[in-house]
Amino acid sequence: MTNDQIPNPKSQIRNPKSEARTEPGRSVRNQITVALAGQPNVGKSTVFNLLTGLSQHVGNWPGKTIEQKTGTYHYNDTTVQIVDLPGTYSLTANSLEEQIARDYIIKEKPDVVVAIVNAAALERSLYLLAELLELSVPVVLGLNMTDVAEQQRMYIEPHVLEAALCLPVVPMVASKNQGMRELVEAVDRLASDPDSYDPRRPGIREDHQAVLAHLQKIIAEQVPEPYPENWVALKLLEGDREITRIMQERLSPEKWEQVHSILMKHEDAILAVAGARYEWIGRMVRAALVRPTFGQVTLTDRVDRYATHPFWGLLVLVGILGLVFWLTYTVGAPLQELLDTYLVQAGAEWVRSALSGAPVWLVGLLADGVIGGAGMVVTFLPILIIFFATLGLLEDVGYMARAAYVMDRFMHLMGLHGKSFLPLFLGFGCNVPAVMGARVVEGQQARLLTILVAPLVPCTARMAVVAVLAPIFFGRHAALVSWGLIGLSLVMLAIVGIALHELVLGGEHVAFIMELPLYHLPNARTIGLSVWQRSVAFLKKAGSIILIVSVVVWALSVLPGGEIESSYLAGMGRLLTPLGALMGLGWRMMVALLTSFVAKENTIATLGVLYGTGEEGARLADTLSGVLTPAAALAFLAMQMLFIPCVAVVATIRQETGSWKWTAFNIVLLLVLSFSVGIAIYQGAALVGWGV
Amino acid sequence: MNEERIPLSALASGEVGVVCQLAGGRGFMSRLATLGFTPGVEANMVQNFGRGPLIVLVRDTRVALGRGEAMKVLVRRVTNDQ
Repeated sequence: MTNDQIPNPKSQIRNPKSEARTEPGRSVRNQITVALAGQPNVGKSTVFNLLTGLSQHVGNWPGKTIEQKTGTYHYNDTTVQIVDLPGTYSLTANSLEEQIARDYIIKEKPDVVVAIVNAAALERSLYLLAELLELSVPVVLGLNMTDVAEQQRMYIEPHVLEAALCLPVVPMVASKNQGMRELVEAVDRLASDPDSYDPRRPGIREDHQAVLAHLQKIIAEQVPEPYPENWVALKLLEGDREITRIMQERLSPEKWEQVHSILMKHEDAILAVAGARYEWIGRMVRAALVRPTFGQVTLTDRVDRYATHPFWGLLVLVGILGLVFWLTYTVGAPLQELLDTYLVQAGAEWVRSALSGAPVWLVGLLADGVIGGAGMVVTFLPILIIFFATLGLLEDVGYMARAAYVMDRFMHLMGLHGKSFLPLFLGFGCNVPAVMGARVVEGQQARLLTILVAPLVPCTARMAVVAVLAPIFFGRHAALVSWGLIGLSLVMLAIVGIALHELVLGGEHVAFIMELPLYHLPNARTIGLSVWQRSVAFLKKAGSIILIVSVVVWALSVLPGGEIESSYLAGMGRLLTPLGALMGLGWRMMVALLTSFVAKENTIATLGVLYGTGEEGARLADTLSGVLTPAAALAFLAMQMLFIPCVAVVATIRQETGSWKWTAFNIVLLLVLSFSVGIAIYQGAALVGWGV
Repeated sequence: MNEERIPLSALASGEVGVVCQLAGGRGFMSRLATLGFTPGVEANMVQNFGRGPLIVLVRDTRVALGRGEAMKVLVRRVTNDQ
């Protein structure tokens, strides 16, 4: 798909009077930048997807873990670059998202801001517009979800609203691709003639005008570019953390003291300021909005009687999650095996036969290192796609917030937000979607915490290793041991969650304030694009790291002599012997643990190679039960549950946090944790004289 | 209308209150005010089981609040005169 058209033919935009471009007095533009702003749950990402299609670029905001989406569309001879601002309820810097959104508007000065509002919650979603109007950028209002509003018997007259606000208002139903053309035209008109823009702006309540004027006088000429002075004064009064910090740095101590005493006297000024904005909004919509005289019992109310009920809600959640895992195992796992057999193994075979005359090391490098690594990336895809589609679907229909609501009391115990539950739960399948799914968690710290604890959720690959090893050592108690190991992982997750929350992330109480959007039909395009983007991100960014690491580990396992027993990897295992001795583990077990970094299943394969028994069957079982005491075996299993996740997860953590520092922190944390627990188990067992 | 100020969390499901004060830090006030919890606005209690989080309808928006958060929102109960 090229970038030079809007991908959906229905939204092909052709201006019938394209010669208008050459009219005198109309400036010729080649490129304009449009920022897309809107609160959460107003359908902003649907609008963005329709405008940009596959021309999107997904990255992070510079230095932040928050996703930044940009894209382009073409209208006549203009290339329109669209920047999707984070969805925020306001432009007061309570969160990083809000700070990013408003800094972008103030510092980058886009040519036009498109503000999307939800017609079914008109007054509330106009709050962001009220804040945007306090800045000087031209705004086009996209009045979205008018169909949902009409289902609620709320009717809005766009022209009346337009007349009241004195800015372009475009009614739309983005989920049905209606109104897009009009939106693009309105943007073009405003961008070509910005001088025509003179909207009504919300005023300041009389009782605060004097205070505001006073504040503005004190800070005059001390406000850093490009912030407007009157806006800074207002944000100070609102208690905006970022602006307060900036001004405290800029002002002399005496002046700051004056400002500070004014702010102390008006501590709840935010209520008056927000109240005034809502009063203004009320006046703006009064003539345009017709609402039902009696409250409606809506579909959302009916569904929520069950979906958010403390008991039924849990059952609904369990049912949905059961379905997801059933899908994963009946569709995803067989696909994964097919890919492995017919693509990866067949590919390796083909390389071996095609290069039969080539040096052994080259064949090994390609067949085991490269194809092995690339193969793992590919075989991950079916399960990832299922999980991404599920996350996308639940988010899009509005269920995600309900799951968070039902689970919040449990997640709060760990310092986590209810929204962390679903991504973490998907971690039982695979940690990669858990880490990527943390994007649904609002707030930088809560998101980071979710990512950092995600590797402690026991994934299917780890459980597969347990399933092979536990029966060897514990016979008929294997199931008990397996459940115990899962329990151990979850207890560790809770402990690490609480500890990180308290010690590293400041222990701030996570206030539970969350909008529950109206349920609505899912939009296949939105979900499809999110699956596509996440899969591509995984393949591109994580894929390359996985490939490199798997080649490096392969090299370490055959160099210098070609045998794993005498390889560098074995040398590293031997270096760890003193540590292993504390857990009753020899160097071979340590090497097995190290190779699990490439893929958890490698543990078994490595043990098979190192003990010369092959992977399968009774011989490995006999040998292993001969070399390990039950206490050492338990220590080993606990360690492999808590050990560094596989390279795919590490690469994803790096990609999602955008920080090597946090990635390294996570690795060190898990190393220390797994070794400590392993040593504690073995030494504890020795102390009570069990299984040694 | 009743003049007594009660925490939002004291409203039973189906009851309506008028927000009169938010008792919390600046960040808390700012987040709730932005979502539409400003003095004078009507809040419909949608779901309140007496413990755990609750759901309230404000300005056409369903907002889930933790019980601790809901205790910091003071309202006057609107009595039904029927």
